[in-house]
Amino acid sequence: MPGDASRARPLIEARGVSVSFGRQNVLDKVDIAVHAGEIVTLVGLNGAGKSTLIRVLFGIVRPDLGTVVRTPGLRIGYSPQHVHRDPILPMTVRRFLTLGAPASHDRLKKVLAEVGAGTILNHPLAEVSGGELHRVLLARALLREPGLLVLDEPLAGVDVTSQAELYQLIATIRDRYGCGVLLVSHDLHMVMAATDTVVCLNRHVCCSGHPKVITRHPEFVSLFGPHVANAIAIYPHRHDHRHDERGEPVPIDDGDPKSPDMSGGQG
Amino acid sequence: MTEDFVLRALAGGIGAALAAGPVGCFVIWRRMAYFGTALAHAVLLGIALGFLLELEPFVGVFAMCFILAGCLILLERQRLVSLDALLGVLAHAVFAAGLVVIAFMERLRVDLVGYLFGDILSVGVVDLWLIYTTAAISIAALLWQWRNLLSVTVNRDLAAVEGVPVERVRFLLLIMLAGVIAVGMKIVGMLLVVALVIIPAAAARRVSSTPEQMAVASAVIGIIAVISGLFSSLEWDIPAGPAIVLVASVAFAASLLIPSRGQQGRDD
Repeated sequence: MPGDASRARPLIEARGVSVSFGRQNVLDKVDIAVHAGEIVTLVGLNGAGKSTLIRVLFGIVRPDLGTVVRTPGLRIGYSPQHVHRDPILPMTVRRFLTLGAPASHDRLKKVLAEVGAGTILNHPLAEVSGGELHRVLLARALLREPGLLVLDEPLAGVDVTSQAELYQLIATIRDRYGCGVLLVSHDLHMVMAATDTVVCLNRHVCCSGHPKVITRHPEFVSLFGPHVANAIAIYPHRHDHRHDERGEPVPIDDGDPKSPDMSGGQG
Repeated sequence: MTEDFVLRALAGGIGAALAAGPVGCFVIWRRMAYFGTALAHAVLLGIALGFLLELEPFVGVFAMCFILAGCLILLERQRLVSLDALLGVLAHAVFAAGLVVIAFMERLRVDLVGYLFGDILSVGVVDLWLIYTTAAISIAALLWQWRNLLSVTVNRDLAAVEGVPVERVRFLLLIMLAGVIAVGMKIVGMLLVVALVIIPAAAARRVSSTPEQMAVASAVIGIIAVISGLFSSLEWDIPAGPAIVLVASVAFAASLLIPSRGQQGRDD
């Protein structure tokens, strides 16, 4: 499926998008595209502009330069990183799921079962666990029958075994519905194994490419088990530049250009 | 105890509580209490405005609250000063301006105490019209935009992706709050009006397991507070506004003794 996807027109595409807030340049000539059936993982550190980029894709932030092209009639299912779930707001999972659009009881049960959270329909949203919350958010996104799923940090606060489960769930959903998936993550090196393209953002696109499957590494397999090892992949960054103190990209002129230093240069 | 002014006071208080309850829920869900305080501080300037334009003082208050609400929305977009600080600056600036302007206008005789602490027993027929029109409009707007308002409260971006006109919905809420502050001011005064908005809503939390129940419970608790506060005031000759707020506060304290609801069991 990924092979076909690259030839078809993307579901959504940003071309040369630049955004600045005041003097702060947040995005600089960023290109990103997601095709039907494709999983794109957007990685970057905090402040790299990931949230701004997805808000540009949603049409909430208007870019200063560049364009966003969407397939006409594209429905986006969005799973945000945070939702307001203060106990002062009495909100059950059921009520939360129907905030976007009304849905029948059967449909709600079905979609919750699909994401592996079938028993919490009547629970207060404020009391579900972190892992359950990600599943509930995914369920709300799926209720829209989306052509594109945008999942912002869908694994935040989840242990590595549950991460692998959620990755497998996302891959299953992609396979079943053929939707495009844009996954946002702050983890620069560990990505979902089913990812077709990784885009590394640090205000501009630093690099992009395919992740490397690490299933074979015996230590990793023995540490986390084959399920985890199958779901998670390593992304080796290949940067031709590093960033100076102000975050401006500068060419790499010393050391080995093939192994840029992610931790120091934040490239 | 059925003299006309008592009946008008009762009707006015009930109308204000009816409007304040559901809007108050959003004020505490969205943590907008300070917005309410800032709007309440515009009351004196509004009275001066009403006098200058030869309108009912009440209409001037409405207009001033709406103007301030508009300013807040515009100023919220700047990133120089935090919203919290901005609200603090604006609230006290308009309050000070109100005091100065009133002092300048020699022909304007203002019952300052009445505006600061409310004067429910002076509610007139025109006031009743304004209170019930505001209540009817804000309840109609709440019903019309209920799901959008809730959706924006839970997550703005998610609401936007799902097609909710987020900015318009937030503006609507601020306008409703301005209206509620303007009518509530007549009942309990500008210093206590925010209490009339948020205390019944806070008291309603423990007896509600859905947002809708909480909105209704909040209006009911507000109405009970108005009725009992007003009659205690007549019975014991205590000021009505503070009596109403005290009853609501007692209701809130009592609600804390109720075990938290919201969980309806594992499944149905």
